[in-house]
Amino acid sequence: MEDIIQHLAPLFKEISGYIYPNEIELHWGILVVIYPYVTGLVAGAFILASLVKVFNVKELQPTYRIAMLTALAFLIVAPLPLLAHLGHPEKSLSIFLTPNKSSAMAMFGFVYAWYLMAVLLLEIWFDYRKDLIIWARQGKGVLKWIHKLISLFSRDISEKAVIFDKKSVKVITIIGIPSAFLLHGYVGFIFGSVKANPWWSSVLMPIVFLFSAIVSGIALVLLIYMVVTPLRGKQLDMICLDKLASFLFYIMIIDFTLEALDFIHRIYESEESIKILAELVSGKLFVSLVVIQLLIGMIIPLGAIASVKMFKLPDDLKKLIYFLTAILVQVGIFTTRWNVVVGGQLFSKSFRGLTVYKMTFLGLEGLLMSIALLLLPILILYILFYLLPPWEEAKRSA
Amino acid sequence: MKQLQNEKGNRSKRRDFLKKISVSLFSLVLPGILKAEETSDDEKPWIIGDDYNPREHYWGMAIDVNKCIGCGRCANACKTENNVPKHPYFFRTWVERYQIFEDGESTVDSPNGAINGFQIKGTNEGRVIRSFFVPKICNQCDNPPCVQVCPVGATFMTPDGVILVDANYCIGCRYCIQACPYGARYLNPETKTADKCTFCYHRLVKGLSPACVEACPTQARVFGEVHKKASPLVRFKRMNKISVLKPALNTEPKVLYANLDVEVR
Repeated sequence: MEDIIQHLAPLFKEISGYIYPNEIELHWGILVVIYPYVTGLVAGAFILASLVKVFNVKELQPTYRIAMLTALAFLIVAPLPLLAHLGHPEKSLSIFLTPNKSSAMAMFGFVYAWYLMAVLLLEIWFDYRKDLIIWARQGKGVLKWIHKLISLFSRDISEKAVIFDKKSVKVITIIGIPSAFLLHGYVGFIFGSVKANPWWSSVLMPIVFLFSAIVSGIALVLLIYMVVTPLRGKQLDMICLDKLASFLFYIMIIDFTLEALDFIHRIYESEESIKILAELVSGKLFVSLVVIQLLIGMIIPLGAIASVKMFKLPDDLKKLIYFLTAILVQVGIFTTRWNVVVGGQLFSKSFRGLTVYKMTFLGLEGLLMSIALLLLPILILYILFYLLPPWEEAKRSA
Repeated sequence: MKQLQNEKGNRSKRRDFLKKISVSLFSLVLPGILKAEETSDDEKPWIIGDDYNPREHYWGMAIDVNKCIGCGRCANACKTENNVPKHPYFFRTWVERYQIFEDGESTVDSPNGAINGFQIKGTNEGRVIRSFFVPKICNQCDNPPCVQVCPVGATFMTPDGVILVDANYCIGCRYCIQACPYGARYLNPETKTADKCTFCYHRLVKGLSPACVEACPTQARVFGEVHKKASPLVRFKRMNKISVLKPALNTEPKVLYANLDVEVR
């Protein structure tokens, strides 16, 4: 208890205007920023993968399996920040066992389980099944048995079975697209349905969340592909990169349009909360919203890809631009989550004042923990790449 | 073994398997169903007093802004009665002071929830055209957003209309704190669970009124039944023009205000 008091005491001086006395403690900190960021990456990576299977975008084939494994690695980590931020993580299972049917948050367990079990794992299993069986036959030692186990000891690689696999992947992907929309749109709904908070309360919230998720997912797979391929001593597929960048560009335009619509709508309606929100955006959120989210995370990347599309640039320069753009987009989308989650708690519900958020360094809700949570999926992805190599030549040798 | 390979033989095995799995799955859920049936028809076990039936009551509060003198006795009494942490970041009830100036500007403050009263502000004094105190408390909404969002049902409405938090169930996700438009909830730093005004439920079941109502020297707070004719609350509603906080949010508060100013949010 004393650490909470010590944390809250110095915040008093930084309040401007009037806030309700209970509002000095900001309740959803960096961990709750990470949660929508990570689920967004999951949904985005999956949508990218589905472009290959459902919409037959053949150019993106080299990134299909990378995208699927990326989605899985991040989905495994997604509930951890939520768990760490609970006052009583040991009671968290009651969300599954005794859910309150009227609560949006109570659906988390079901949406998550559905997406993990019925979509991601199943699709990855069907897609890898034939390769797993062959790897298990050719392999030695522990890896042989791991592959056998993951293939659930199936042995049938007859043509009929492989065709069934392919069909299943397609069906699961078709179910998977609305599921991915559900997974992340639902996160947006958790915020968008809070009528007490005018910064959150918006029907557009789930849709904005969704498109920014697709943006971040595509950018992440682009980054991973660009980092991993040279590390393996292979050539980057330029056609695939161009296609990725194109999709990134188009989805970013939609995302930008939606955010602009939300912004204009708020200003035009000019409701009771407009004064305090204007003070927030022009003050405490100026750097993170206008400079980082809008300029660095949106306008510069859009301009960069647009210039690649307009001028004939050499491949190496294009690669550099794509790489830097993808990093800027990640920074931008992370800041987007920050501006929604933390920004929505920086003003008082009395609409009369602003408060502050001070992150701690150590502790369950600190910066160190957050960095660890963001690095953990990379580690999981490394292991997944080892167990289930997503590369084309691994498939061919199989 | 032969039976396994034979398709027809296999089918009976499959039926057997399905039967077993559905029985075992059902047995997982069974204790929950039985337990729910045990408790649903009898409310007495969860009520403290024997002669208190929550179905016979429905509680509300009324606050006359004109009568409040900003002494903060209510906030102090609440903290003492309910073991609310004494630090100035956790309140079940508090009093706000409003000052509206000639130029249309207004300021609000509530130092330590008004527990130590208010200091006179020297500089702007001459220009104040209107000043008053507003006690704030959980509005015990009839359409409570906090109850709606709680993922595990730890916060709930009692049959007598009071919103309570079951600390044994609360997982500390703080969604209810976000959902409350009135800032009436806080996370108890000792229990790490959501906490709020209970209308002093432990007193209600013994026929007493809430501590803040008892402590108020000017009877600015009136407590009583929402529906019964003989209630002081119903009388208050007859004698005053009534408003509630943030009516546009449709939370349907059971805390009513008389003489509320337009500046109050």
